[in-house]
Amino acid sequence: MVGLHKSEFKNPVINWIDTRLPLFTMMSKEYGVFPTPKNFNYFWNFGALAMVNLVIMIVTGIVLAMNYDPNTGNAFESVERIMRDVNYGWLLRYVHANGASMFFIVVYIHIFRGLYYGSYKKPRELLWMIGVVILLLMMATGFMGYVLPWGQMSYWGATVITNLFSAIPVVGDSIVTLLWGGFSVDNPTLNRFFSLHYLLPFVIVGVVFLHIVALHITGSNNPLGIEPKDKQDTLPFHPYYTIKDSVGICVYLMVFAVLVFFAPGFFGDPANWTPANPLVTPAAIVPEWYFLPFYAILRAVPDKLGGVLMMFGAIAVLFVLPWLDTSPVRSAKFRPIYRLLFWVLIVCCFVLGAVGAHHPEGIWVILGRVCTAYYFLHFLVLLPLLGKFEKTLPLPESISQAVLPAAAE
Amino acid sequence: MNIKRFAILGAVFGALLLPATFSAASAEEEISLPKQDWSFSGPFGSYDKASAQRGFQIYKEVCSACHSMKLGYYRELAGIGLSEAQIKAVAAEQTFPTIGDDGQPAERPGTPADHFHSPFPNDKAARAANNGALPPDQTLLTNAREGGADYIYALLTGYEDAPAGVKLGDGMNYNKYFPGHQIGMAAPLSDDRVEYADGTKATLKQEAHDVATFLAYMSNPELETRKRLGLRILMFLAALTCVTYAVKRQIWSDVHH
Repeated sequence: MVGLHKSEFKNPVINWIDTRLPLFTMMSKEYGVFPTPKNFNYFWNFGALAMVNLVIMIVTGIVLAMNYDPNTGNAFESVERIMRDVNYGWLLRYVHANGASMFFIVVYIHIFRGLYYGSYKKPRELLWMIGVVILLLMMATGFMGYVLPWGQMSYWGATVITNLFSAIPVVGDSIVTLLWGGFSVDNPTLNRFFSLHYLLPFVIVGVVFLHIVALHITGSNNPLGIEPKDKQDTLPFHPYYTIKDSVGICVYLMVFAVLVFFAPGFFGDPANWTPANPLVTPAAIVPEWYFLPFYAILRAVPDKLGGVLMMFGAIAVLFVLPWLDTSPVRSAKFRPIYRLLFWVLIVCCFVLGAVGAHHPEGIWVILGRVCTAYYFLHFLVLLPLLGKFEKTLPLPESISQAVLPAAAE
Repeated sequence: MNIKRFAILGAVFGALLLPATFSAASAEEEISLPKQDWSFSGPFGSYDKASAQRGFQIYKEVCSACHSMKLGYYRELAGIGLSEAQIKAVAAEQTFPTIGDDGQPAERPGTPADHFHSPFPNDKAARAANNGALPPDQTLLTNAREGGADYIYALLTGYEDAPAGVKLGDGMNYNKYFPGHQIGMAAPLSDDRVEYADGTKATLKQEAHDVATFLAYMSNPELETRKRLGLRILMFLAALTCVTYAVKRQIWSDVHH
């Protein structure tokens, strides 16, 4: 019949649906027989882990929202009611709060895996850029979520971060007023942050869908960074990678459980257990750990607008990374100098994180400036030059040859 | 493979830098707290109920004169071993405002479902009665302070005469563990400040330990349930991980890699 899909499913019900709406064919094509490089290591788990984490956040978040009151007079108490009165409310809340940290751990590893193995290079530029959009959306969502319990750090963090936009020339102050819904962080701010915090995760779901569509067009990169040539180089996604991802998910859940059940306050700030008070500034206003490197970059520049530009610039360089890295070789495995620089960059990011957590005085100021400079040097100078001067190692003929050199001969 | 090197390097960086990253919020205020041995710490920890009950006695007889605990409920005292009748009696000692059947403001005795009665009607009244200082609400106090129960213990036992050269403000007291060392609260506990019903000798250290245990309970009444559930979930996940890994090995056994 014209227009109907030819389904190969035998079950009559599935066949009837599939001929009209080929969902089953699609799932089988994209997650069943989908040809996947056979040489993934466990770092290729982290995309699936991020997906699982997103689902956990949405499910716990929806239930929390049923019990939360986004009003400055009630927000803190309503969170404490969730902790004490709602059945397993403490579990929901601790899973959601620590889930945010787990999400950023998973996504940062996912990103650095991409950096190490050159997953952003042609033809995966757009796939990478969509990923950077997801990171930005996650940051906005995480920031607004942290405001909702309306503790001291919620309030003062919101004040500091929203004030950054006032650095924008001409329209800055109007933007800040718009963000606040008034002339200071107050009830309208909390209301709109709650609304956006509920909205953005679903936007993330949409962009993740695009991320996966783009991934399934180009296919996955792999630790060797060379394209699969024939059937010998790939495996069907199911059962090989469904089971390998499952192993990763189990380990991830164990780490998650240790946090939630035995150290639920590990990533938290004690100051946020005190209700927001606009008249009392905490001794130190520190953002959540996953923003610390960016916070350090912000404070490394002794000029407000300059600092804000550098902070957003730190993400912007990731956007154009596919064109900054001029080397035709993807995997750091075959790029001895890049491999070294990669680890220097990791150290640089950790140091920036430590700088972000400390008062900007003494050695921390110098460290912050040196590492900020190096961060941009890495992306804007070293990577473009490296592609021209680095002597890369010879690439293997194919994935299966590298995996099984004896059999290939 | 690179995995091993990744893992080792990651672990090393993590170990080196994470503690620095997270404990660094108050870099200028480096007062190290003496660590106490708490019944509720560690993965198998649970509250020492006798100690928490003595702590509740101190809260009732001493702290509650100035400090509110307005997010906690009387019924939560069941978690430190008080019987239903005892909780009803404790709650009924306080009266709460209500509207009578005649529509006029009236008072009623407290019930286990009530929040703990606050000593002052509002923060301004609390400040007015305390030389301008606001006694912080105690419900979440051990969570809200760096160091938790160790901090409470240190603060309560940390009063001493101001060192030479330190000028105290009017009505202020010197405490070596309070940030800035000047605290509005006068030393609330001392040897034999209370007479324990169970005959335990009420030394200052004993009192501080007991009340810190009670406050830790009020901050985290879910702690015992949480840790018990966590152990069971971890055991389940450990088994699931082993099974999943075995299945993975089985499925991959025909792949050369």
